[in-house]
Amino acid sequence: MQANHIYIAFETILIKEVRRFTRIWLQTLVPPAITIGLYFLIFGNLIGGRIGQMGGYNYVDFIVPGLIMMAVIQNAYANVSSSFFSNKFQRCIEEILVSPVPNYIILLGFVAGGMARGVAVGLIVTAMSFFFTSLHIEHVFLTLLVVLLTSMVFSLAGFINALYANTFDDISIIPTFVLTPLIYLGGVFYSIELLPSFGQWISALNPVLYMVNTFRYGILGTSDVNIVWALFMLVVFSAGLFAVALYLLRKGTGLRQ
Amino acid sequence: MQTIDPRNAISIRGLTKTYANGFQALKGIDLDVKENDFFALLGPNGAGKSTIIGIISTLVRASSGTIQVFGQNVATHVYETKLSLGIVPQEINFSQFEKVGDIVITQAGYYGLRGELAKQRAEKYLRKLDLWEKRDNRSRMLSGGMKRRLMIARALVHEPRLLILDEPTAGVDIELRRSMWEFLQELNRNGTTIILTTHYLEEAESLCRNIAIINQGQIVENTSMRKLLDKLARQTLIFDTCDELKTLPAFNDSDIQCNAIDSHSFEVSLSTSRDINGLYATLSDQGVLIKGMRNKTNRLEELFLSSLKS
Ligand SMILES: Nc1ncnc2c1ncn2[C@@H]1O[C@H](COP(=O)(O)OP(=O)(O)O)[C@@H](O)[C@H]1O
Ligand SMILES: [Mg+2]
Repeated sequence: MQANHIYIAFETILIKEVRRFTRIWLQTLVPPAITIGLYFLIFGNLIGGRIGQMGGYNYVDFIVPGLIMMAVIQNAYANVSSSFFSNKFQRCIEEILVSPVPNYIILLGFVAGGMARGVAVGLIVTAMSFFFTSLHIEHVFLTLLVVLLTSMVFSLAGFINALYANTFDDISIIPTFVLTPLIYLGGVFYSIELLPSFGQWISALNPVLYMVNTFRYGILGTSDVNIVWALFMLVVFSAGLFAVALYLLRKGTGLRQ
Repeated sequence: MQTIDPRNAISIRGLTKTYANGFQALKGIDLDVKENDFFALLGPNGAGKSTIIGIISTLVRASSGTIQVFGQNVATHVYETKLSLGIVPQEINFSQFEKVGDIVITQAGYYGLRGELAKQRAEKYLRKLDLWEKRDNRSRMLSGGMKRRLMIARALVHEPRLLILDEPTAGVDIELRRSMWEFLQELNRNGTTIILTTHYLEEAESLCRNIAIINQGQIVENTSMRKLLDKLARQTLIFDTCDELKTLPAFNDSDIQCNAIDSHSFEVSLSTSRDINGLYATLSDQGVLIKGMRNKTNRLEELFLSSLKS
């Protein structure tokens, strides 16, 4: 298959995905802006003032990077899981499956769509944070890299979720029972220094901790964890999930009878 | 197993499919369709037509057997075979939220076409299928017949050499059905091989040159439309006689065939268009006393009657 054709197929899926989440912006872009805006207001401004310092920063400055990351994670995941599942549900996934588009391009196309939504929401939320505090980004390149890697990891996870899903319930179970706890316990709202050593040890198994901390390091310049190690983990997670998703796609799990 | 002619648009050998629930939908299908043919796959509901098409389009995995499209195995030459295939499925399978034009242009993208070329192709086929005015409508706003035509436009956007349509006229009213038939005939005249499935003999009759009949996962007939119609145009009558038959009655007519069944009965076959009064005259002239007569049911007719009911 020609490289040119492969690229056009990828671009086609990406455009379709971006068109989808911008068409339904009231369901995809506005809700995270409202929720995260409320977090900024309540935890940052109202309660944050009483909490004082966290990890050496004003509480609002501490949680803003965590909340941006939370929005990126949730939206990257939700975009791919709901879009791919609805493609399955409406059967229009068959349009791609009968065409010569190779499996890895199907995967990359949907993942790129999820990353686009993750980044779009990340930008919206970052812009909103300027109303609550004035952030100065210490390491711009690292910050961008972490956002991209994180949204890739959760887009891949959302894809795998959608492959196995048979009902719309199946794509809300994982976010509720797995994603939300991981995010809330992943150092968005507190520094893990506050935890007893056992809690710190458990937290070290939570991938979200590395993402949030690397991102916070990119913005504020401090972190609870080793940055190189965290980036390495992100790359390993992406590669591992990519391999699993591709394997399932080749096998036809949830797609071909 | 016959050898495979590489010029065939499609060659299926020993195809079987057992679904996950253990149901065997295909029990060893062998089928050839020549390039430029207009071919009908006729059979009642549940016969296995959509399963065959599912396997050709890779949406269903075969349990065993092979399929070649223009001489190349669909399992090993995925890219080449898919480029030459256009599929119009039985069930609506486009996004209900997308615009008509976007659906066709997106499909072009999956086949490596974009920009102006994709737009031109989309326009060409949307116009041919009378959907150009609807290009900015969301697809869920279309009528049933339009939805089916949209699926045809989408299947043609990469100009495949082989177009397969699964019950394309189901739910389409008579008038639209005629114009869809004309469109398909023109496409076929211009060189596209067409296979369609249907459970209406009438549809196959007005369109197709060759036909296979499938029932319960097996091909029961594979012939030209003309021969099938000839076969269907004959009836067989069974006569019981009062006395023992010493010799078979003679009919001096090439259309009439007479065979003995046993000592007190024989069967006569003739075109359905003819009256049977003459038979009685000939028989009584030859001193054959008839006790009773019945119609032998035609296996194919039975199949069509049962499929029309379902
Ligand atoms: N996913 C499936 N699982 C189990 N049985 C199936 C499945 N799909 C189709 N079948 C069965 O296989 C048989 C053939 O179906 P199908 O190919 O759709 O027939 P047709 O298209 O000729 O009406 C039917 O009995 C149908 O119930
Ligand atoms: Mg069918």
